[in-house]
This record gives sequence, C-alpha cells and structure tokens, in this order.
Amino acid sequence: MLQRHRRDFLKLAGLAGVTFTAGLFPPGEASAQAGGDFHFVQFSDTHWGFKGAANPDSENTLAKAVATVNGLANPPDFIVFTGDLTHTTDDPKERRARMQRFREIVAGLRVKDVRFMPGEHDASLDAGEAYKEFFGATNYTFDHKGVHFIVLDNVSDPAAKLGTAQLAWLEADLKQRKPDDRIVVLTHRPLFALQPDWDWTTADGDKAIELLMPYGNVVVFYGHIHQEHHHMTGHIAHHAAKSLIFPLVVPGSQPRRAPKPYDPAQPDLGTRDVTMGSKVSLVELPVTRS
Amino acid sequence: MTRRFMMMLGVPLALAAARLAAETTPEVRIGAKKFAFHPNKVTVKLGRPVVLVLTSEDRIHGLKLPELGLRAEIVPGQETRVSLTPQKAGSFAFFCDVFCGDGHEDMDGTLVVEA
Repeated sequence: MLQRHRRDFLKLAGLAGVTFTAGLFPPGEASAQAGGDFHFVQFSDTHWGFKGAANPDSENTLAKAVATVNGLANPPDFIVFTGDLTHTTDDPKERRARMQRFREIVAGLRVKDVRFMPGEHDASLDAGEAYKEFFGATNYTFDHKGVHFIVLDNVSDPAAKLGTAQLAWLEADLKQRKPDDRIVVLTHRPLFALQPDWDWTTADGDKAIELLMPYGNVVVFYGHIHQEHHHMTGHIAHHAAKSLIFPLVVPGSQPRRAPKPYDPAQPDLGTRDVTMGSKVSLVELPVTRS
Repeated sequence: MTRRFMMMLGVPLALAAARLAAETTPEVRIGAKKFAFHPNKVTVKLGRPVVLVLTSEDRIHGLKLPELGLRAEIVPGQETRVSLTPQKAGSFAFFCDVFCGDGHEDMDGTLVVEA
C-alpha cells in the first residue's frame, strides 16, 4: 500500500522513472523485524570537476539533481552517495578544491542525513587521504529502522581490493547479525565480476559475497558503471545506479568502455529512490529540475 | 676420465646450457606509462615459452590478462618478469588494473598468440 502511494506521488510530481521491485525480504521475516517501511535516495558518480563533450552541462547537473530530490513530495529518510563524488586529478590541491565545491553543492539538500563513500576517482591516487579529510571513514556501518547498512571501500586500494583487513572487519560485523537480519551493502564497484576488463569488478569481491551468503536478506547497491543494472549472485541482488555525469555503454557491447553520446533531450542521468519494505522497490528519478 | 677432467668439462657445459636457455627463451619488453603500454600490441608463438619484461616510466601500473590467467604489478625502477607459454591461439586483451588517473580506462593492449 505504501509503495503504491509512493509511486502515485512520484508520478504526480512527474518524476517517476522505471520501477523495479525486487522480491527480497520475505514478508513474514521482514515484518517481524522492521521498524516500518522507509525510503532513501541513492546518488552516484557525480564526478564533480569533469569537463568534456560527454556532458556539456556538467557544471549544472549535480545542482539539478539536488533540486529534483528536494522536490520530492515525500522526502527520503536519508541520502547515500555511492562514490566518484569528484572526477580524478593528479593535483592534490585541485582534488581538495573539487571536494570542497562538491560539498557546498550537496549542502543544498534539504535532507541532512547524508552518507558518503568514495569511488576510485576520489580515493585511488592518494589512498583516500583527501576524501577522509572531507567526508570521514571510507568504510563503516549504520542502522536505520531495523536495517543494517554496511559501507564497503573497494577503491582506496588502486588495485580494486577490499583487502584482508576490511574483509576481517566485515566478517566480525556480520558475526553480530542474525541469519534473517535485513542487510544492505553500499559500495562503489560491483562486488561480482561484471566486466573485469573494463575494471567493473572488485578483485576480492567474491570473498565479501561469500561472507554475506549465509544471510538471507541481503541487497547491494553500487555505482561505477554509470547505468542501471541488476544482477543476482545466488539470493543476493546487486543494483547499479545511473550516474550524474554521463552514461556508459552496456557492458560487453563493444571492445572498449566509453560514454554514450550526449543527448540533451534524454541525458540518461538520475538518482534512485529505494523503498525498503517487505520488498525492495526501486524508482529511477531522472534529473528534471533546472 | 678423471674427476678433474669431468669438472673441467662440466662447468663450461653448464654455462653453455644456461646461455642456450637464455638465448632460446625470447623476451618481449612492454613499457607502461600513463596512460598507455608501449607497444600495445605484441605477438608471441603458440606453445613457445616467452618472458614478458615489464617496466614503468612513472608510477605503479598493473598488467592483467584474464584469459591467460596473468596478473602483475609494474613498479618503477625495476623489471617485472613474467614467464608464459601460451597454450591457445588468438588475440587476448590486457589492461592496466591499478587505477592511475584520468585516462586509466584507456590503458590497454593486445597479446596475439600465433599458431
């Protein structure tokens, strides 16, 4: 019922994109644990500082996305950014300037509970040093209304590894969970081998999936590939989000990964609204506000 | 033959064998520099041992060739030597798998294994 209402208001607001409902969190188990349905919004791959033909409007896209989400009739409980907040640069001073400007723009979000994580563009050239100065830890957990969120860092190591220390940390955290706990993993790169020759994988992501596998209610949200994508590893769903800078081509569709040509009428950029109820519902939110 | 004679004979033979092995195992040198491999296309022979000699001119890069199970880090100031005996013919993509900056995504190449 709540999901239908949410779709109704999104349609009324002219914001709703494709709706995807994942058959996760079996109703009996979820209702027993949930503190009530809620929704959050996922931003990803804003790449602040990018300039190029792939998005001639790059200086305005993030602000438009902020305005779009601020315009939601039912504000989300919180917002997550799944990495690549800024576009990479070799200059440490410029890297910090981009992070500063990014932070100023997203300060315009009306929802003030905002969770960040790095992408390789933010953190791979300095092992996350600048990122930590601005946004804090690169891996952490938080809980919201009965759901346990785990943020994994697969970018501070430039070889795209979680690393043994972080995997041990994940294992220790999971040991505190019950098998039917609701768990959401947020990360930047796909944990599974989506397209390894395009860097669309995590070198030791299979170890994280193995640790998560005993838990019956797990869903992963990530970015990096600049397009909507849905994949199952066993019972675990992995959902990639659109970017807010430029869309990339479909994995494996051509020899090299590349941005799609810019189309001002259909830029294929956006955020995503995620409703956590007895099922997980995804609604893509195109950038519409000027 | 005396033991001394055998030793006199054995040492040069061992050296010659080592030299022969070195001479008969071809080396292919590949340099890495943001954001390209030089050369970015190399050709080797099916079933013939080869040593890839990898060097970097600027920073740490990686070379990953998934289809042949190869992966190496390339550290500036040293040679990374990777022995390989290709067991299947074809063209195989390799790429840098250590994020190295804006252009990293374009840093790739092709290993051609000729039958």
